[in-house]
Amino acid sequence: MEDGDSFKMILIVNVCREKLHYLEFVKPITDIFEENNKPYFVKDYKKITKKDLQRADKAVICGTSLMDDEFINNLPKFAWVKFFDKPILGICAGMQVIGLMFGSKLRKKTEIGFFKEEFKRVFLGMERKQEVYHLHNFYVSLPRGFEKFTKSEVPQAIKHTEKEIYGVLFHPEVRQKDLINVFVK
Amino acid sequence: MKLGVLFSGGKDSTYAAYLAVKSGYELSCLISVSSEKLDSWMFHTPNIGLVGRQAEAMGVPIIVQKTHGNKEEELGDLEKAIKQAIKKYKIGGIVTGAVESVYQASRIQSICNRLKIECFNPLWQKIQVELLEELIKNKFKVVIAGVFAYPFDKGWVGQEIDLGFVDEISQLNKKYKINPAGEGGEFESFVLNCPLFKKELKIQSKKIFGEGNSWKMEIALK
Repeated sequence: MEDGDSFKMILIVNVCREKLHYLEFVKPITDIFEENNKPYFVKDYKKITKKDLQRADKAVICGTSLMDDEFINNLPKFAWVKFFDKPILGICAGMQVIGLMFGSKLRKKTEIGFFKEEFKRVFLGMERKQEVYHLHNFYVSLPRGFEKFTKSEVPQAIKHTEKEIYGVLFHPEVRQKDLINVFVK
Repeated sequence: MKLGVLFSGGKDSTYAAYLAVKSGYELSCLISVSSEKLDSWMFHTPNIGLVGRQAEAMGVPIIVQKTHGNKEEELGDLEKAIKQAIKKYKIGGIVTGAVESVYQASRIQSICNRLKIECFNPLWQKIQVELLEELIKNKFKVVIAGVFAYPFDKGWVGQEIDLGFVDEISQLNKKYKINPAGEGGEFESFVLNCPLFKKELKIQSKKIFGEGNSWKMEIALK
């Protein structure tokens, strides 16, 4: 293979309880990788094995629907997040998982639709004011050891200060697909 | 889980319903909101009188809610219809055919969230040419019921969505940025047959009217 990047295998973690939500929260992400010829494999969050984690060079934890809180009650299934020594991107529910694994508190705030967020510094290619798509009833407080990249009170984009662990509360697969491309570059 | 489909009679809501059934969900009712305003923000239903025939072909009950108000009243009427579906058909979620429209999707998400039911958008962010190709592959018989953008003309109305159509529309996409699936409201469609129908609907007569780049078709079914 000519492109060194193409060796990188991406693990996509499906957290949806409902089968039909795969098309809404996982497929838009796999479409981005298909388009850019990035190798990936998708696993249900309850079925991730050691082998999957060894095989993956990066991981994306996808979002799920507003009514779906099943993953919150299965947090031990995400214990790997703390020890996975490779880049992780958590989207919405995925960011909540990252926060909760690193000691955040889950807090209630419903935001649905387009919102303007202002970035303090460049975050996976995003900077200054950007319109992003929100779909959440909860958010996580800033976990210890993480930095907040948006000016908003609710942490909308965070990164671990030492590791490549990223979280976004908004859905970049809607109109901000480049963020995902920058993550897997 | 029992689901209600927000149904316009066009390809997107019908295909979304098909995907729900294919994934093992029970299709309990269709919900159609008919706007008397031609420039409705939420509802694109050029042949709303015919959705009853489509429901009959599917063997699924339908709730038709009329609306004639402004933006907010339309949403109130939609919520009323969904509440009725929850009560009457015990649905646990709504399915929509939203592809790109954040305006529509986020409003329906908000209503479902308030009513504490699931909201499914199985076509969300779908690559539009892929959507058309899947319709053809899954034997959907869909006709163009109206066109509303340059460079469409009267000749497009009544055309069937087939591989030739996908070719032509892909070219228009390159040249004029027309959304191949008509998601930007460039065209509207009507489903005559699909795997959910027990029998095909057949057009008895059609009347095409309009001007310039804006044409609509009124159809009478056999």
